[in-house]
Amino acid sequence: MFPFSFEWVWDISHLVFMGGLWYALSIIGAGMTYCVIKSLIDTAADEPGEGGHGHH
Amino acid sequence: MTTPAIPEGVKRCSTRQFTLWLAVVGAVLLWGVYAMFLIWYKGLNQTGMNDAYGFALWIWADLAVIALGGGAFFSGFLTYIIGKKELKSIINYAVIIGFICYSSALLILALDIGQPLRGWFIFWHANVHSMLTEVAFCLSCYFAVLTIEFIPLVLENPKLDRIPFLHHLSHNMHEVMAVFAATGVFLSFFHQGSLGGVAGVLYGRPFAFREGLLIWPWTFFLFTWSAAAVGPCFTMLVTWLTEKITQKKLVRPEAFELLAKISGWMLLTYMIAKIADTWYWAAVTAPARGFSLMEFYSNNPIYGIWILIAELVICGIVPALILITPKWRENKNLLVTAAILAVLGVCINRWVMVLQVMAAPLLPFQDWYMYMPTWQEVATTILPVAYGAILISLAYRYLPVFPHEKELNPGQ
Amino acid sequence: MAQQPQHTKTKRYGMVIDLDKCTGCGACMVACYAENNVPFRQDDSDKMRSLNWIRVMKVDNGKAFPDTEVCYIPMPCMQCDGQHMQGHSPCVSVCPAVATDYDYPTGIVSQIYTRCFGCRYCMAACPYHARKFNWWDPKWPADMEKYLNPDVSARMRGVVEKCSFCYHRYQKARDKAYVEGRDELHEDEYQTACTQACPTNAITFGDLYNPEHAVHSLSRSKNAFRLLERLNTNPKVYYLSSKSWVRRVADNYLEGENPEQVAKARKAAATH
Ligand code: SF4
Ligand code: SF4
Repeated sequence: MFPFSFEWVWDISHLVFMGGLWYALSIIGAGMTYCVIKSLIDTAADEPGEGGHGHH
Repeated sequence: MTTPAIPEGVKRCSTRQFTLWLAVVGAVLLWGVYAMFLIWYKGLNQTGMNDAYGFALWIWADLAVIALGGGAFFSGFLTYIIGKKELKSIINYAVIIGFICYSSALLILALDIGQPLRGWFIFWHANVHSMLTEVAFCLSCYFAVLTIEFIPLVLENPKLDRIPFLHHLSHNMHEVMAVFAATGVFLSFFHQGSLGGVAGVLYGRPFAFREGLLIWPWTFFLFTWSAAAVGPCFTMLVTWLTEKITQKKLVRPEAFELLAKISGWMLLTYMIAKIADTWYWAAVTAPARGFSLMEFYSNNPIYGIWILIAELVICGIVPALILITPKWRENKNLLVTAAILAVLGVCINRWVMVLQVMAAPLLPFQDWYMYMPTWQEVATTILPVAYGAILISLAYRYLPVFPHEKELNPGQ
Repeated sequence: MAQQPQHTKTKRYGMVIDLDKCTGCGACMVACYAENNVPFRQDDSDKMRSLNWIRVMKVDNGKAFPDTEVCYIPMPCMQCDGQHMQGHSPCVSVCPAVATDYDYPTGIVSQIYTRCFGCRYCMAACPYHARKFNWWDPKWPADMEKYLNPDVSARMRGVVEKCSFCYHRYQKARDKAYVEGRDELHEDEYQTACTQACPTNAITFGDLYNPEHAVHSLSRSKNAFRLLERLNTNPKVYYLSSKSWVRRVADNYLEGENPEQVAKARKAAATH
């Protein structure tokens, strides 16, 4: 899974397979990070006490 | 003022009735959990498997449940990427059903390995040439995606929605859902395919082995295609069942109509490909290894040629024809019959690709290998059904799963 | 300190079993149990779940009494070279955790017990049913533990095991050769336990690439064949039999096909 595990080889199969995996994982990770940070900012921007009745 | 836990404007049964229902299903669940602990504690000797039958009921259940859960990725693809607005009515439910299917699959996989504590080796020491590695990776990643798709819905529960951060989170996740859905489609394509590859690459097993394209045997593509075709049928079936139980209309008829139509065409094209594959295998692949078609379907108590006919014709061509004919699919009874047949068909296919593969003898002096699951295996296979029923009940009661429920049931 | 040996040539260890000589006595099985610490159970009557690395199959020609002929076929792991002879063995290519591996210098298919997590995909892949699963933890009668072979690790519940061509003996022989500054092993330095135990000398073991080893010529004799050759698994265990019906039960043939012709066509296709 990582280049430091001993069965790792820098060959085309590993690059394609692990490339695909890390690509998918980064999209998921980046997407979730974005959502969480944006929500924190949105929450801070809310008027105090007004939460829960925002736009939809 | 306290916020009610039940979504606004919809009617749900009394707490008493609900608790009673949960208790009944919970009893089944507990039975499964007991079997599960027996297996983890005492090992796989609790199963009916043996050295000839290393893959059995569980692997079948895994393959079947993932094919049926394919409704989530395919409806997600149609809704978010192709932009079929009609499906908004059913997409939430498709996600929940997918979530249940995939979590069940992961649970069953965790049971099915001899050394569960070493399960992580499949990631850590990954052999990138093994289909099973690809399955494990894509399955777990896609399960994460499904969880992400499920979270905003959970956050819409009236009590949770009152918390400002969660309210925003749910909203923001909705905004970028197309990105997650696209990732899910990518992952699904590969793990559905790899599950087909699991059997197709076994060149030591002429019953399973298929030629293919580059490193992918034909079963790779057939499995993806069939999951996309039959997954939506399963979603429709569960929705129909939910409507019957709750005695309500939950989903707009257009959603059904569209899903049925797409499913039908997918199924028909799949059947054409599948029949071509079967023909080539029977005429070229197997004979090159000294096997004639009928050898795989005779001299044993169960696996006769009927199973091939059931899979390809009765549970393949027939439902496909019903679903592509507008007049027929408009008839709810026919539609449901077609969905049941299609679901059965894909289950038979997965069964054949696991259990019949193990059963068929390889050397001429061997007999067919037969296998009988133990109650522990059966209980742990039923466990996900009970778990699914509970999760669906909870979701239906506390979450706004069906956006058009209010409009479809005006009197309530 | 001894000199570092020169780069050793690739070997292809294999076995030739003469079925005309095998009496089905099972000495190979017993020797293997003892050598490789293969566990057994008090009631080991369920043969679908009992462990053995080599098992002797009994086949007959299907004819009634005076014409009945019986043949015994000892079956260890065939140490398949796989399609295209590149170590793409049926079992090795499928193992998701690299717990079974193809050793290129010797051609031996290894099994790493502490790496295997028991998914049993390899068992599904092996057409010879050479792989066995540990359904239970091993338990030996108390005083028998003293007789366990210290060179072979015992296996735990939930993992797969199989014949290793007594790889530990290879390691020992190679260590000895290294200390003595030699590159090459003599034929008799590395022999499997079953080979040595066979009272009729039905089993011969050695390097199939080495013309000085008996297996080299035996595996090329006209009576030589392998099990399920048509699956392209390329086993390194060869069999000898002078009987054509034995030849016929060793693989699958369509009606009207003749084993000799099929074999000839295969060879012709391989050389092209
Ligand atoms: S006989 Fe079976 S276990 Fe041995 S190398 Fe061949 S496929 Fe693998
Ligand atoms: S059972 Fe063990 S050796 Fe066999 S495929 Fe699974 S992890 Fe690999």
